[in-house]
Amino acid sequence: MNASKNLAAPNPPAMTNGSGAAAILSAGIGSFALAVLAFAADKSAPIKSNLVFYKPTGPLSGVTTAAILIWLFTWGILEWRWRKRTVAIGRINAVALALLGLGLLLTFPPIAELL
Amino acid sequence: MEITIRSLWTAIHGMGFGALYLLACSGALIELYRFTTSCEFTSGQERFLKLYLITMVLLAWAAVLTGAYIIYPWYRAAPPPGTADLSMFPQRLLMSSPTTIGWHSLGMEWKEYVAWFAPISITMVVFVFIKYGRDLKNHRQLRAAVLCFTLASFVAAGIAGFFGAMISKYAPVQGGHTIQLSQGEEK
Repeated sequence: MNASKNLAAPNPPAMTNGSGAAAILSAGIGSFALAVLAFAADKSAPIKSNLVFYKPTGPLSGVTTAAILIWLFTWGILEWRWRKRTVAIGRINAVALALLGLGLLLTFPPIAELL
Repeated sequence: MEITIRSLWTAIHGMGFGALYLLACSGALIELYRFTTSCEFTSGQERFLKLYLITMVLLAWAAVLTGAYIIYPWYRAAPPPGTADLSMFPQRLLMSSPTTIGWHSLGMEWKEYVAWFAPISITMVVFVFIKYGRDLKNHRQLRAAVLCFTLASFVAAGIAGFFGAMISKYAPVQGGHTIQLSQGEEK
């Protein structure tokens, strides 16, 4: 059997890619925002104390809540702007994945300590 | 046989939500790949995959929320001055010895933030999957991003799960009300 027969033949997309791109980029931005906020809370005592939204959990509560708000706000704005458009998805993917990768690195304590 | 309420919550968080999420990740990666490259999916299978992915979103959010707002406060609780027995204060117990401090300074410090990448990523993946459905086959780059973020979510959950299990081994969260599960017979 030829395996290629099982692969879907690409058709012209029925929907624009804007909505998907908005979700992808905002997830990258949200992840990076989380890492930046965690880094800032680690390096600055005033930022750390301002990010204590729930005392038993400490600054983790503020870092994650603020990052989720940034993620959802960005997603809402991008969805509103892009939902009916076809956008340069290759570049957007690259930026989103770079932000995700940088976020992962920045949360790694030995790297955060080097900065 | 008995268990404390804190141990029970730790088990629900790690072995319930977290481990189930990790198990589901490999299935999601394979099924998302198959769905977006194959024509063989029926509408029933598509509905099942949607339900599977939505369950993953719920598991991921349940894992991070129970971790951050129920278990983490017990983990980071500060002991009263002069406390010699640190077994009820896991963070301080780990920090009290050079052989275990790394489980806090590297393990918990990384885990507490990196875990949140999993629900953010998988929520996006499910949104794109539900929004585009079969049309995702025709968006090669959206499909690639969806698979990359699913993989990233798997990695993030794996890091959090690994350190969670190791920290529980060296400094388990203990205490609270005890629940009697069964009465053993004396031998």
